[in-house]
Amino acid sequence: MTTPLLAIGPEPLELERAAAALDASVGSNAGSDGAVVMFLGLVRNHNVGRRVRYLEYEAYEPLALKAFERISAEIHERWPDARLALHHRIGRLEIGEASIAIAARSPHRANAYAACRYAIERVKQIAPIWKREFFDGGDMWIEGATADPEDQRARAEAERIACA
Amino acid sequence: MRVTVRLFARLRDIAGTSELARDLAPGATIGTVWRQLAGEFPALADYERSISSAVNADYARMDHVLRDGDEVAFLPPVSGG
Repeated sequence: MTTPLLAIGPEPLELERAAAALDASVGSNAGSDGAVVMFLGLVRNHNVGRRVRYLEYEAYEPLALKAFERISAEIHERWPDARLALHHRIGRLEIGEASIAIAARSPHRANAYAACRYAIERVKQIAPIWKREFFDGGDMWIEGATADPEDQRARAEAERIACA
Repeated sequence: MRVTVRLFARLRDIAGTSELARDLAPGATIGTVWRQLAGEFPALADYERSISSAVNADYARMDHVLRDGDEVAFLPPVSGG
């Protein structure tokens, strides 16, 4: 079974699978790429002074996939030679487990780095995914950005961070 | 007409359910549904300025006019990654 470029689900994540999905998608053009940059996001045991025990991720899955497609299209627009694979996990995740795996490839490293960083920043802005933090003494939903894919300022900010 | 409403994360906790059905008059918008829900569950009102909304799994604005059978979703600020 081939791994899709963009996916969300309860299965444990592996960077190699994201990279392999990218390899498969570029096919016979693979020889023209000179860089793959990968990012793996992990569940951390502390957050703003709280001792975190585990996280639970929830998503509006069909819209999350569309958000990933949108991010991929934005990357294609901004860095036409870069390609993206992005896998997000949902459900209960223990400390040290991976919540997101991203791979970006391009003929040159600068665009692969930028596309990879852009993807994680945009996920945090517009993907309908939520984490509930279970810590010593309680639990809470973490609420970050109001998701608005049309917000050009947010998009520009993600681009600025990606190119810093 | 009748729509399905999906609630996520803390909005789901506040309402005590992830999905409910609502009967609406023709011309009702996403905002109509939101105001109805905020009337039923006052704690939702805190989210008035920070939620996003979607119809049939596409982001949509509060003034979007609904049709029979639509799935409306209300999304609190996101925290993926």
